[in-house]
Amino acid sequence: MKITRAEVEHVAKLARLDLSDPELDTLTVQMDSILTYVEKLNALDTDGIVPTSHAVPMENAFRPDERKDSIGVEAALANAPQRAESFFRVPKVIE
Amino acid sequence: MEIFDLTIHELHEKLQAKELSSVEATRAMLARIEAVDDKVNAYITVTPEQALAEAEAADKRIAAGDIATLTGIPVGLKDIFITKGIRTTCGSKILSNFIPPYDGTAVARLKERGAVIVGKLNQDEFAMGSSNESSYFGPVKNPWNLECTPGGSSGGSAAAIAARTATATLGTDTGGSIRQPASHCSCVGLKPTYGRVSRYGVIAYASSLDQVGPLTRDVTDAAIMLGAVAGYDQMDSTSVNTPVPDYVAGLGAGVKGLKIGLPSQYFIEGLDPDVKRAMDEAIALYKSLGAEIREVSLPHTEYAVATYYIIATAEASSNLARYDGVRFGHRTEDARGLAQMYAKSRAEGFGSEVKRRIMLGTYALSSGYYDAYYLKAQKVRTLIQQDFLNAFQEVDVLLTPIAPTPPFKIGEKLADPLQMYLSDIFTIPVNLAGTCGLSIPAGFSAAGLPIGLQLIGKPFDEQTILSTAYSFERETQWHQKTAPL
Amino acid sequence: MKYQVVIGLEVHTQLTTNTKIFCGCSTRFGAEPNSQTCPVCLGFPGALPVLNKKVVEYAIRAGLATNCSITKRNVFARKNYFYPDLPKGYQISQFDLPICQHGHLDIDIEGETRRIGITRIHMEEDAGKLVHADIPGVDDSCVDLNRACTPLLEIVSEPDMRSPDEAIAYLKKLHQIVMYLGICDGNLEEGSFRCDANVSLMPVGSSTFGTRAELKNINSFKFIKQAIEYEMERQAEILDEGGRIIQETRLFDPNTGTTRSMRGKEEAHDYRYFPDPDLVPIIISDEWIEEARGTLPELPEAKRARFMTDLALPEYDAEVLVASRELAQYFEDTFTLFPQAKTVSNWVMGEVTRALNDDGRSISDCPVTPALLADLLKLMEKGTISGKIAKTVFDEMYKSGKAPEKIVEEKGLVQVSDTGAIEAMIDEVLEKNPGQVAEYRGGKETLFGFFVGQVMRASKGKANPALVNEMLLKKLNG
Repeated sequence: MKITRAEVEHVAKLARLDLSDPELDTLTVQMDSILTYVEKLNALDTDGIVPTSHAVPMENAFRPDERKDSIGVEAALANAPQRAESFFRVPKVIE
Repeated sequence: MEIFDLTIHELHEKLQAKELSSVEATRAMLARIEAVDDKVNAYITVTPEQALAEAEAADKRIAAGDIATLTGIPVGLKDIFITKGIRTTCGSKILSNFIPPYDGTAVARLKERGAVIVGKLNQDEFAMGSSNESSYFGPVKNPWNLECTPGGSSGGSAAAIAARTATATLGTDTGGSIRQPASHCSCVGLKPTYGRVSRYGVIAYASSLDQVGPLTRDVTDAAIMLGAVAGYDQMDSTSVNTPVPDYVAGLGAGVKGLKIGLPSQYFIEGLDPDVKRAMDEAIALYKSLGAEIREVSLPHTEYAVATYYIIATAEASSNLARYDGVRFGHRTEDARGLAQMYAKSRAEGFGSEVKRRIMLGTYALSSGYYDAYYLKAQKVRTLIQQDFLNAFQEVDVLLTPIAPTPPFKIGEKLADPLQMYLSDIFTIPVNLAGTCGLSIPAGFSAAGLPIGLQLIGKPFDEQTILSTAYSFERETQWHQKTAPL
Repeated sequence: MKYQVVIGLEVHTQLTTNTKIFCGCSTRFGAEPNSQTCPVCLGFPGALPVLNKKVVEYAIRAGLATNCSITKRNVFARKNYFYPDLPKGYQISQFDLPICQHGHLDIDIEGETRRIGITRIHMEEDAGKLVHADIPGVDDSCVDLNRACTPLLEIVSEPDMRSPDEAIAYLKKLHQIVMYLGICDGNLEEGSFRCDANVSLMPVGSSTFGTRAELKNINSFKFIKQAIEYEMERQAEILDEGGRIIQETRLFDPNTGTTRSMRGKEEAHDYRYFPDPDLVPIIISDEWIEEARGTLPELPEAKRARFMTDLALPEYDAEVLVASRELAQYFEDTFTLFPQAKTVSNWVMGEVTRALNDDGRSISDCPVTPALLADLLKLMEKGTISGKIAKTVFDEMYKSGKAPEKIVEEKGLVQVSDTGAIEAMIDEVLEKNPGQVAEYRGGKETLFGFFVGQVMRASKGKANPALVNEMLLKKLNG
């Protein structure tokens, strides 16, 4: 086994996904099969190989420190599930 | 020939000659959508009012003599493109009510040229899928056979071309999401080099792999669309500042003396016989046109799928963290406290394929596994990229199949995600290498299902694959066949 | 048991750029909630970050000023965690390749110089604010994203400090430097300069660090001392009772002066850092570094040394004058026009500072400009007015902003140096005080001051004190 159900549960927590028991069961099997397949990368010796973040070499993309118009409070909040005055409203942290 | 059958360049001629107005063309397209989209389900949102207003504006421009090739042309956009004031769902429940406050760069460039946006096209949820079955808005049907998938993730964008419910469309390609559905729907689909088209305003799946490109009836249209959206954008740090050639002007270059490479790893046992036959015919044709065919090797091909599913899912797990029910998108009605709000909103809002990839990616980045998975994959990515650079030392373009098989049946591969992932083996390496590739219609299977051919070019050499494809198209005329809808 | 405290500090400085680090929204403090936002800093789908070049320039300056080496190839990473004030679900920061490394600052503690190592300085974006807004009927939390995406430099020290006073000296020095560099407004209350402290104890004589607690939410120099001292007591108590310190984050409460555990509020963190694919590497050339070096102002340490050697100012004066770049500039501007360093220093540290403190103004808003102050000092030097009158004139200048000559003229404050007039005043004073004259002449020379005072009063302070002295002496002894 590449991954246990307990690990899958832990990952779900990290990813903030409230998954059902059947979902966790299925995912454990599927992730295990995919991770087993991915194992094949270990057959390759990659010592000294530089990792690639972008396939096309690129560097130093900047913008000047110049002001641009903000979109405005109403546009910012237009899609908010809940708002209070000019704020996004969210449930409190329950300790 | 109906109006909705016309290509961009044909429609453009009629608009320019004032044989037809954009409003007429747009009405014809909207009527076509009305008539057939129930069967195909290519559209998530149709925007008749905006479209007609844009068409009127285009007609005014044309009357004033201010016409670009795209002015007045009805186009559709994959629902991954952010459109100001038009609902943008990315095929997901979590964004099913999201109305963006801005336009992305590619969309803005189409609008500047006077293109008419007729609607937003169905796709796999967050572009995660190869069959369009993961959409919250239901699967798209392949217009060539309604029991088959159109491929994915830009399934709606390809199906709309095949169903002739858009003159041209834009899609995105992270591991084959333009080319594979283009192949399955017998249209032209181009994935440009990473950095060629701005990603600003394109909902991110895997940021280092995503790229915007057109799906069209023919190669000329693909050249027109690419020319419209390509080019440097200050809003995307990964956009590259190299000049955009006049792709249409370069289409007639021909293939005489062109060196075409056949990667041995792509012509394997198990390739569907119909696909194999189509490839053989294409190779023979190119030979007859004066191209030089050589076998080349891309030795790390077999590692591409594994590499992709680590890099793409890792990036996705982070890119999709913003769907948290705070500022936009679905929020659960059933939460006590913040922690529950997050976990339930996301669990309710995402479909199973998206959850699976978020889970895989989160795992691959998590403490203790980063080096073994993500870093390892990035190193293998270097090897895969190197394969292509080496091959391009010897040849000008690569010719390969797009998919190992013709379109498959809806539901056929749902049970086994890994099998679905493996079907992207011929398209994924191009994204990992960051270079450009296109799909062009190359015939049909015995069952009458489309087969596509892939041409892969050097980085930023979209011109050569377009002209190589154009030579093929002129000789074969596969693109003239229409789906029996 | 006796314990030695070990302190390391992490300072977050908000940079004074016009716009945010990855978008063009304003960074101004105190605007209507969510009014300074756009798709990028709201973390809307499809939006992408583009780096503000000025942030890199400021970071290089900070690195050079703290003796760091500048990293040639920089990468931004994503730090993944969920919180409502973090719009994208990750913070764009730097992880294994910070822009500055291996620096140090020297601090003076009781006459000794201590070198405090700087581990790293990195660039990152700030989060927004999660607040409990005072809105009737709303018990939920409220999110304001105006601050989200504001540029920060995180400056991490080595655990090199061994007392709260050292921690404060280091912080003040760092604060002074970022202010001198003009990269941070230094406003602790508005959160422009925030400090977390890592505090641990070890038995005196040991060289093995104990387990540390990370103290957060400390927004004044005074609180730093309080927080560390409280933490030292708390940890000592636990250790004395044979307990173990838990590595944890503790929140400082300024109302009680105590720290409390944040455990339970935080899930076990796994930030899943990886290079941000939306951003590209930043390559810093030697030319760029040299260009940045060229923009560095003279830093307080160098300025102080120059004031002492070139201008012969006492160490105390030099230290006070370089406290802020603006004060030092004020001094130097005045000195240029009136090149008597000690006199200028006395006035800047004395009258000028006093007046500013009285009405809470900063030196850059001082109504008495360096030019006006120099004019005043010149009047004094020429003998047009006395030192005492000069102070009166200064107060008037400070109130009205008028030129000193004008005030002197309007109020008739010109110093009396007319020997005839002074002699007449002396005669009158001696005449009125025959008893004191007799006592003085009988040997009680301490009465001399009394006569000077009387004469000065008779002249309403305008008599030239040197002349008064000289002539009085003659009269009394003659």
